[in-house]
Amino acid sequence: MKPIRRQRLILIGLMLAGMGLAVAFALKSFNENLMYFFSTTEVVEGKAPENALFRIGGMVVDGSVDRPAESLLVRFKLTDFNKEVTVEYTGILPDLFREGQGIVAKGRLSENGVFVAEEVLAKHDENYMPPEVAGSLKMQQKPSKEGSL
Amino acid sequence: MFLIPDSVGRFFHRMASPPHFYTFTGRLLPWLTAIFIILTAVGLYGGLFLAPADYQQGDSYRIIYIHVPSAWMSLFIYVVMAVAGAIGLVWRIKLAEIVMISSATVGAGFTFIALLTGSLWGKPMWGTWWVWDARLTSELILLFLYLGVIALYGAIDDKRTASRAVAILAIVGVVNIPIIHYSVEWWNTLHQGPTVSKIDKPSIHVSMLIPLLTMAVAFKFYYLVAMLQRARTELIQRERNSQWVKGLIE
Repeated sequence: MKPIRRQRLILIGLMLAGMGLAVAFALKSFNENLMYFFSTTEVVEGKAPENALFRIGGMVVDGSVDRPAESLLVRFKLTDFNKEVTVEYTGILPDLFREGQGIVAKGRLSENGVFVAEEVLAKHDENYMPPEVAGSLKMQQKPSKEGSL
Repeated sequence: MFLIPDSVGRFFHRMASPPHFYTFTGRLLPWLTAIFIILTAVGLYGGLFLAPADYQQGDSYRIIYIHVPSAWMSLFIYVVMAVAGAIGLVWRIKLAEIVMISSATVGAGFTFIALLTGSLWGKPMWGTWWVWDARLTSELILLFLYLGVIALYGAIDDKRTASRAVAILAIVGVVNIPIIHYSVEWWNTLHQGPTVSKIDKPSIHVSMLIPLLTMAVAFKFYYLVAMLQRARTELIQRERNSQWVKGLIE
């Protein structure tokens, strides 16, 4: 390889390494802000901002969805299989909202530790299968606990 | 070069000659187009008719047959563009520059399709058209990078200078590619994690996976067809004063 070409190649390598390093530091320092939501454990431990809007993510606990009659209020528990947080939401839920499904809710924490949501988004997991397969999986075992979040 | 077999080296060496590239791709294009059409027909039929509905999303999941291959292509084409740009910078090969700039428009198109189809799917499934999570935001930045490449190339009149400037922009932008790919693992995102590229086993049923991979290959061929057509036009435009282009017209 001619020296001038090798020089250019090294220059490109240095450019890439420099950019990579700069971006890595930038992302590291913004790590918190890049998180789309807080886990329920973080919220229980008080890592989430107080008196401010933030998002919480977790699985809807089986059998915890409670709809008091005559209103659109929904109350359910969210979990990351460590700590649970109760969420209240008034409004229409997305199609994929169901028990055992991962969701992300935006809102704020009230004084009694209940998360009052203004918006609820369903978080789809990465599993795709036909209904028959899902059915037979359910027969064999309880749905796996990980993978949805 | 030491690592590359001699025959491959000779192939690329010959392909770097504009007249040879022009005639060779001219003969190749009908075949590539035919393969693209057949694979797309097979993939779409498999994806829309043969593959079963999803256990949770029903038929809405079928958008992955466009969305996922487009998103893969948006990353793949960017890497091709940056590598071609680097080759152009180091060896000053005109054809590498042309491949680079011809890839940009196709890549921007795929990025836009990935964003658009994702948004259409997001509304019924997530409950929102758009969220500023790490995956969606980094993919949007990719679209802006492509548009920046196209705009910068158009802004400089001398195309050899333009190619050098664009190559540097393309190479700098490469840092975004791993960010897009790993965004769903590094940060909490609304976008789901990887399905197909998981090392142990993909979390998609094989009856749904086969049409998806067929579509992915079909899109690769579409990229080749679209990019080569653009490259040929760009090439005769740049070489319009040379003897071999004049020979084409006569």
